[in-house]
Amino acid sequence: MVPYVSSSDPFPERQERVFPRFVTTLAFVGALAYAAVVGGGEGAEAGPLIPMGFRLQNVAPEVGVDFVHRKPEFDPRIDNIGAHVAALGASVSIADVDRNGWPDLYFTNSRFEEPNALYLNEGGTFREAARGFGVADLNREGEGVSMGAVWGDYDNDGWEDLLVYKYGYPQLLRNMQGRLFQDVTEGMGLRRWMNSNGAVWIDYDRDGLLDLYVAGYFREEIDLWNLESTRIFHDSFEFARNGGVNRLFRNTGEGFLDVTTEMGVGSTRWTLAVAAADFDGDGWTDLYLANDYGPEELYLNRWGEGFVLEAAGLRDDSKSGMSVSLGDVENRGRLDVYVTNISERGYLFQGNNLRLNQLPEYGRFQEVAEGPVADAGWAWGAQFGDLNNDGRLELFVTNGFISADPEEDYWYGMSMIGGASGRIIEDALNWPDIGSASLSGYERSRLLLRDTTGRFVDVAEWAGVGDTYDGRAVVFADLFNRGVQDVIVANQGGPALIYRNRVSDGGNWVGLELEGTTSNRSAIGAEVTVEWAGGRLRKVVDGGMGFASQNDRRLHFGLGAAVRTGLVSIRWPSGRLQELDGLDAGGWHRVREPDRPFTPVGERPRGG
Amino acid sequence: MGSADVYPRDALRLIGTWLTVLSPKWLIAILVTTILVLGEWQYQILGGYERLAVTLSVCVATEYLLSIFIRGRPASLQSAYISGVSLALLTKPQSNILWPFAIGAFVAISSKYVLRFRGRHLWNPTNFAISALVLLAPAQVAVLSHQWGNDPATNAVIWVVGLLVVTRARVLHVTFSYLGAFLALAWIRSLIVGTPFLAEIAPVTGPMYQLFIFFMVTDPRTTVATRRGRILVAVLVAVVEFGIRLAGNYHIDVLTPLYYSPPILALAMVGPTAMWWDLRRRPAR
Repeated sequence: MVPYVSSSDPFPERQERVFPRFVTTLAFVGALAYAAVVGGGEGAEAGPLIPMGFRLQNVAPEVGVDFVHRKPEFDPRIDNIGAHVAALGASVSIADVDRNGWPDLYFTNSRFEEPNALYLNEGGTFREAARGFGVADLNREGEGVSMGAVWGDYDNDGWEDLLVYKYGYPQLLRNMQGRLFQDVTEGMGLRRWMNSNGAVWIDYDRDGLLDLYVAGYFREEIDLWNLESTRIFHDSFEFARNGGVNRLFRNTGEGFLDVTTEMGVGSTRWTLAVAAADFDGDGWTDLYLANDYGPEELYLNRWGEGFVLEAAGLRDDSKSGMSVSLGDVENRGRLDVYVTNISERGYLFQGNNLRLNQLPEYGRFQEVAEGPVADAGWAWGAQFGDLNNDGRLELFVTNGFISADPEEDYWYGMSMIGGASGRIIEDALNWPDIGSASLSGYERSRLLLRDTTGRFVDVAEWAGVGDTYDGRAVVFADLFNRGVQDVIVANQGGPALIYRNRVSDGGNWVGLELEGTTSNRSAIGAEVTVEWAGGRLRKVVDGGMGFASQNDRRLHFGLGAAVRTGLVSIRWPSGRLQELDGLDAGGWHRVREPDRPFTPVGERPRGG
Repeated sequence: MGSADVYPRDALRLIGTWLTVLSPKWLIAILVTTILVLGEWQYQILGGYERLAVTLSVCVATEYLLSIFIRGRPASLQSAYISGVSLALLTKPQSNILWPFAIGAFVAISSKYVLRFRGRHLWNPTNFAISALVLLAPAQVAVLSHQWGNDPATNAVIWVVGLLVVTRARVLHVTFSYLGAFLALAWIRSLIVGTPFLAEIAPVTGPMYQLFIFFMVTDPRTTVATRRGRILVAVLVAVVEFGIRLAGNYHIDVLTPLYYSPPILALAMVGPTAMWWDLRRRPAR
């Protein structure tokens, strides 16, 4: 006889009462029915027919953008999991390269001999000009392949320069007055093999020169085309620290110095994305990291003398961070954080994180994602933007990991290796053969809009977004200078999409184009809060945000019915605070940083 | 020799004595609590304390109320505690929703009062609830897929406590039968499909399997009476799991819902069937 019970059953059947048991049975069936109805659908919540005020349409072919991304191919020794390793590299970033007043587009490619593309915006139509500008042929054997790019005027000459990060040697390309680019990587001290999926420009020491933070993914000694060992992967799906080193390079004006160790920002988690902003409101730009196989990390900048890794409620929440985007979600004049993760029906619900910034009050973020904000499939790049100019932010989320044979699904294989111990996981040869299987493939992009109750609902289908490519990067920009935000998507192994926004019932808007003087000339890191009757919104000039992407650094604000702004506060990267009042709606305003003396915000306390 | 040298030895002896006299039901509560505390302390395995609070309170309240409602007097709440903790650990739904914990807890406990045959409930309550949630609500619910952060020490603690409990409960043969069959069949599957053997056995090192092999598949209230029968049932669970996993290897689409958690769903199929068959053979009570 077995001496114990793990599930008590202390009463014989005959002592039971019939009616109560009948009632209990009804409740039991009801509970099961509830579970089936609430949790048995197709997952992501579909939005109702609510007024949107805009509609998107892919016009890439019509406006001359015909870019198609090509995936990389690596050492055949890891062919069993090659499709997984080769699933990154499509990126898009925006800058006005030739200063003609129209934002241009740069897409990266990820296979040897396949060119990157620079589409010059010529008044609403695009001309591909990468080869002529010297930014096309960057994917070469022995040099590596492109994973993404960020624009920034590192030498303050008024022309946006280009940093292309790679699985391989990164390349810094100096913009020679909008005519061509010169490779200055070696001379500027940046020729160092890194397997990187993200980078951001940041003036962390407020010296007016853009510094550079480059995220490492695979370790630096790994050459994915000539592997010395197949032990290249993470050693945990949740707490891995065996990734490549993230590096901070200080811009001295003569070159870039590696100050990673001194500044304390050398995370070896598997960082996929980085964003920079002043999260704690002390006047110094901080770093926020989305890490694959680990918790997110917040590095708070201490007066430019070093960074402190802050818990901020992030350490307890280990997921698979893919992208980090910033937006003033609740119109509080505060930058909140959205980090994408993985959700797959029946297998895994990590959930995306929407973290409301409560650092100044409570020293932490509050995670509030639910519904379609939390579950957007295997989500990648995401961005906030006001698509209908009502003053509230919408959220565009790309997704889908590997779209191959739709009849074969690798999720079962993933679930096997996902439960393994680290020594098993880190060797690529232990992974089940992915073959031609899909892995969270053919997912449709999400477009989330606030309904009348304030909840985000998915309106992608109604807004004209129906693509099911493997989306990676997404950016917002007013491509046609109409005062509305258009959406550009880079797809892995797929065509670039240009979603032109047609605002049918839109509100007013105001745009700001900043130019630093004491600050870096690109004004990257400047934070602007615009107030108007009935609202306010904060934005940051983007030095790289989302996944493998960079938005237009011009800032666009929807104003709803307001015809003028109220107070406009600009916190320049130098620490200067500038206030403007009553800007007219309906146009772009160029604001140059005043060059008179000032008292910077956030000075280190004396004796501190 | 100072008291500091004596104290640890005495303490260990005391703990050893305590463990040998303690009822297995208490031991299993200790095991599941150990997994909970270690998992939460080291790896934040719960994903929020509100999940534990909801699951535990609904489990305990349901057990208490149903036992009075149906049988007229309150039942022991130990098993409700065990079910509550294990459900809170195993249920991994979408962010910021609590209904799977409440519904899962209610379904687990009420299944003991509803799904009965000849005076016995057929399913392990946790096993039934998890299976029901995963099969009925896959758009919002998944099963624990964590590992122990590649930490051999954590794994060792769980295995030591787990083996102690199943030994004390005299069901070590069930654990070893399942484990032996699982490993042998994983090797066969590896030969058939060509999947790396290490990938096939990989899940065993994670907490989900440890919860499964130490107190779900061994639950004597939901398995057959004889030792030989229990061994057979454990092996049959591994065989059905083998079939599910083999189908998963070959991407057989129609069986996809079974791939979400092969061992738990295999037990949900084999366990009650064997129990029903065994009860039929016994004289009616």
